[in-house]
Amino acid sequence: MAELLTERQPAFATGGGGLPPSISDEINDGGTGLPPGTERRVYHTGMWLALIAISMFFIAFTSAYIVRSGLGDDWQALSLPPLLWLNTLVLLASSATLDATRRALLGGQRVACNRWLMATVILGAAFLFGQYRVWQDLAAAGVFLITNPSSSFFYLLTASHALHLLGGLAALGYISIEALRFRLGPAKRTLVEVTAIYWHFMDGLWIYIMLLLWLWR
Amino acid sequence: MSQGTAAHGSAAAHVHQAPTGFWKKYIFSVDHKVIGIQYWFLALAAVFVGMGLSLYMRLRLAWPSGEFPFFGGAQMTPEMYLALVTMHGTIMVFFVLTTAPQGGFGNYFLPIQIGAADMAFPVLNMLSFWVTFVAFVVMVAAFFVEGGAPIGSWVAYPPLSAIPSAGPGQGMGMNMWIISIAIFCLGALLGALNFIATTLDMRARGMSLMRMPMTCWVWFVTAVLGLLAFGVLLAAGILLLLDRTAGTSFFVPGGLVISEQLIDHKGGSPILWQHLFWFFGHPEVYIAILPGMGATSQILAVFSRKPVYGYRAMVMAMCGIGLLGFLVWGHHMFISGMSPYTSMVFSVLTLSIGVPSAIKTFNWIGTMWGGQIRFHAPMLYAIGFVSLFISGGLSGIFLGQPSLDLYLHDTYFVVAHFHLVMGVAAIFGMFAGTQYWFPKMFGKMMNETISKIHFWITFLGVYAIFMPMHYMGIVGHPRRYAETSGVDFLAPLQPMHVFISYAAMIVIGAQLLFLFNIIWSLAKGTKASDNPWEATTLEWSVPSPPPFDNFGGRVPVVYRGPYEYSRPGEAKDFVMQDEPMK
Ligand code: HEM
Ligand SMILES: [Cu+2]
Repeated sequence: MAELLTERQPAFATGGGGLPPSISDEINDGGTGLPPGTERRVYHTGMWLALIAISMFFIAFTSAYIVRSGLGDDWQALSLPPLLWLNTLVLLASSATLDATRRALLGGQRVACNRWLMATVILGAAFLFGQYRVWQDLAAAGVFLITNPSSSFFYLLTASHALHLLGGLAALGYISIEALRFRLGPAKRTLVEVTAIYWHFMDGLWIYIMLLLWLWR
Repeated sequence: MSQGTAAHGSAAAHVHQAPTGFWKKYIFSVDHKVIGIQYWFLALAAVFVGMGLSLYMRLRLAWPSGEFPFFGGAQMTPEMYLALVTMHGTIMVFFVLTTAPQGGFGNYFLPIQIGAADMAFPVLNMLSFWVTFVAFVVMVAAFFVEGGAPIGSWVAYPPLSAIPSAGPGQGMGMNMWIISIAIFCLGALLGALNFIATTLDMRARGMSLMRMPMTCWVWFVTAVLGLLAFGVLLAAGILLLLDRTAGTSFFVPGGLVISEQLIDHKGGSPILWQHLFWFFGHPEVYIAILPGMGATSQILAVFSRKPVYGYRAMVMAMCGIGLLGFLVWGHHMFISGMSPYTSMVFSVLTLSIGVPSAIKTFNWIGTMWGGQIRFHAPMLYAIGFVSLFISGGLSGIFLGQPSLDLYLHDTYFVVAHFHLVMGVAAIFGMFAGTQYWFPKMFGKMMNETISKIHFWITFLGVYAIFMPMHYMGIVGHPRRYAETSGVDFLAPLQPMHVFISYAAMIVIGAQLLFLFNIIWSLAKGTKASDNPWEATTLEWSVPSPPPFDNFGGRVPVVYRGPYEYSRPGEAKDFVMQDEPMK
């Protein structure tokens, strides 16, 4: 069969249904024979798929929430601690700064990039700390996980979101370390982009959770 | 070669060379082929554990007061029987049917069949296997904790599964079950993500979607189902664990009295669990069977020397099954008290799955029709798959009708249905895949004679086991009972239980032949050529077993569809996918 396999050659055609190789930042295809940009594309695909899986996870909680809230007569609406709205603003701001980071990186403005990156990390951590305070406030008011089905879902949803956000924060932490050591070259751009997608998604997810908790009481 | 090293398409590493150390090479390998074999061996171990448990169940059913070997001279209590039921079902569904066809064969052959050097995320791939392995260890460990294994069956319905005091095994054992399943979900999600990304982005030049072998299509659709379904099971598992350990009331209704004790929960809904579980559970049955359908399609074509009949229709049918699979979960809950209108919607959707299923079946027969059939072992198992799928699928049409299901639900009729269609058919898909790909994976042929003996005993044996169960179910024999000899209208069925148990012992014994065949062939089998079956897909264009980077530094280019058999005007009766057009 050997003669049937052509020798490696610059292969720019994609495998049929794939996207055209529009991005050519991967100069070296590493002898893969895959079109340039494949690696970058694969990471994007992977991230979107992960977000689909995470969505299903939260959709399951949502349907349980809606069903449970309509059952029995033990459901008591939870009044949301006002601090939540501040946290929401903080998280939204972190999305904005992360986008500024990404744009600064694209534009090669290293100093600005690092500054925005730090701001993002701080805002992200501030959000998580804010959430911690929310839980503390609720606990001080005698509202715990098992107090009422509505509070069960409150803790469940916010904690699940916080856990996912912690993953994003870890990625940002890693990126910051690389940035401070001046190792955030073009090769790491994919990482920043993919992390940004994740982070914005977490932002959107948070808004969704807030609306659910607020409107469907 | 620019670097004189293996060409490589991994997204995680530009050039990764073949590792040399034992640990990197065989244990924590990122090579999809090694990972595929690891999954395959894990499933092999799991299937023997699961089968051993079923042997004890059959013994108990046939001889209720018997004393069985390795049981410490004690009789088997009904609770022990239920623990066996639970662990048998769970291990078979998750660690066999979900693990070998996708994690095993899919991992090994998807990259090779689409002309890639590895999966899209090799490290993630390694992680998915080890996560799954840990899940298996945790699951088996449930036997050894206080109270033993859980007794709530693989569907873990609350309130039984939500209240630790509801039975032995419902304490620590049930916790272990949930944790194991949660870990399993994580591994399955990682795997599904990897499969989809690989199929979308890693195909070689010329490998368009419609040139992919049927196997790649099924792995893809299965991965999509997994990606959408396992997150839901994970979420449900978390809710259940909270109900058990934290005292929440998602699934536990109010006013529940267990062992004369009022349970301090209120207002939850056990039906909610059923919805979440079956939203996962029905797609799960397709996750189990689709890969077997793919292997069957592939093998029928190769051994009939004909293209797959109606390739496009097959692909559409598969996607149709996948889509409908998400809309029919309610057919497992007809007796839960749902409104008849809801039942009817679920029923119509369920019965409509018969359409793509029939398309597939007709196309398999169409593939064989008029072919020059070579009755090698893989072909026998593939034909066995078709037979079992039809036999088992037909009873689904009965169960899909609420009026019949109200009666048949939770009887042996359902046991017969899902064992034939999901249990045994999927296992025959695995047998077929093992027979077909063994030469490529291990470089040795399996022994044909032993294979054929194994096939005939198993094929006739499973019919002997499961066909009578339809009858028992129609008579009204409920499932998940250790003993019914004291029930007047069921006592006459006891001889049938004995017959089934003998058949089961023979079939289980015959599986040792399969095991022996593997070991013997690995050691003494004749050496396999690159393409012993004269097949056309890319895995047969490389040595057996393939080199580390699959294509020995070359990059395959695909010029043809996957099933160019018996083309007029060609010298041979098959043309490889990477043979250029003249
Ligand atoms: C035309 C096709 C099919 C129809 C109409 C159908 C219908 C049904 C129905 C209505 C039930 C619920 C019975 C009950 O619990 O009362 C059922 C159970 C089941 N089916 Fe199917 N089915 C079909 C094909 C399949 C296939 C292809 C598989 C597996 C690959 C499968 C696996 C199962 C399993 C595992 C159960 C039992 C679950 C349990 O309660 O433990 N079915 N089927
Ligand atoms: Cu179903």
